[in-house]
Amino acid sequence: MLKDITIHLIDREGISHTLSAPLDMQLNLMEICKAHELPVEGTCGGMAMCASCQCYIESSHSILERSADEEAMLSEAFYVKDNSRLGCQIQMSNAIDGLIVRLAPSE
Amino acid sequence: MGESAISLVKADDNNFLVTTNKGTQHLAPVVVIAGGLGTFEPRKPPIEGLENFEGKGVNYIIKDPEVYHNKKVIIAGGGDSALDWTIFLENIAASVTLIHRRNEFRGALDSVEKVQQLKNKGLIQLLTPAEVIALEGDDFLDSVIVNHLGDSKSIECDSFIPLFGLTPKLGPIANWGLEIKKNAILVDNSLDYQTNIPGIYAIGDVNTYPGKLKLILCGFHEATLMCQSAFKRIHPDRKNVLKYTTVSGVAGFDGSLKEASKSFIKAIK
Repeated sequence: MLKDITIHLIDREGISHTLSAPLDMQLNLMEICKAHELPVEGTCGGMAMCASCQCYIESSHSILERSADEEAMLSEAFYVKDNSRLGCQIQMSNAIDGLIVRLAPSE
Repeated sequence: MGESAISLVKADDNNFLVTTNKGTQHLAPVVVIAGGLGTFEPRKPPIEGLENFEGKGVNYIIKDPEVYHNKKVIIAGGGDSALDWTIFLENIAASVTLIHRRNEFRGALDSVEKVQQLKNKGLIQLLTPAEVIALEGDDFLDSVIVNHLGDSKSIECDSFIPLFGLTPKLGPIANWGLEIKKNAILVDNSLDYQTNIPGIYAIGDVNTYPGKLKLILCGFHEATLMCQSAFKRIHPDRKNVLKYTTVSGVAGFDGSLKEASKSFIKAIK
């Protein structure tokens, strides 16, 4: 069985949560947040069609680059920074074990 | 149709009164809220003082394009709405400036090409990558401050139309005295999906309860149990028996009975 990875997630109040994320369930970061009952809506269901799961990557992990859809959504999202990503587009993998990520303000 | 419920109050011992945004009133012994994620409202960019200019130069929805006749209009956004209204208002307005955070637009290819032509002909101003960062004006909007490639400049305008799509909001439902949990209405899933106010039910994506799944399958299930309960509430003296349309058909809107064709009974020799 694949070992779980760890994600350090800082919520909108600045509180850090250490989340354990399985690799064998094809989950993305938005789903991990929802599973831990963190305030991430995921309104569009994970299609990069809303920005309710926007977050800022604060560690130096190399993550798969933004797709054209994610790029387009982020160009219409608010509070966007250079390190902004949509959580629903970040799949759990060994490459992001220990990732530090902060939730963007809700719109 | 085309109206949204604004208030829900108890009218008397047996009835609720629902009032819509257009003033229509419904009196009913039972109210079922099947409101999905809520009402869709425009996404508003986080610009300081934006709401002070709403209706005074800032609009998120275009109801009557003629309002923009001979006006200097600034549109912000990168999707179909921004493209379509840029194309449409170019014919009406004195000037149209389209502002988007990057050069790429996400919309129908035909619209993107039309906007490109309008820009090439100098009929519209296109500012990319750029962003409206502030608004100016005393009572009414006079100009917007735009950050374009790192430089800030003021652009005079009569109208600023941010078109960043819609987002669902629970809206007035939250103020009806219903118990709300995680942006949804808490209901009794052990029985009939009634809310904390007897006689008001909530079904589908708008409700929540332990183990809630936002699936259409679950929404239909919730609706059936709600109907049974609502019938008993409305007709406490009548017996209700579950019937199957596959057995007894269903009465059509024309009054006739619709039913599946029956199989033949014929001997095989």
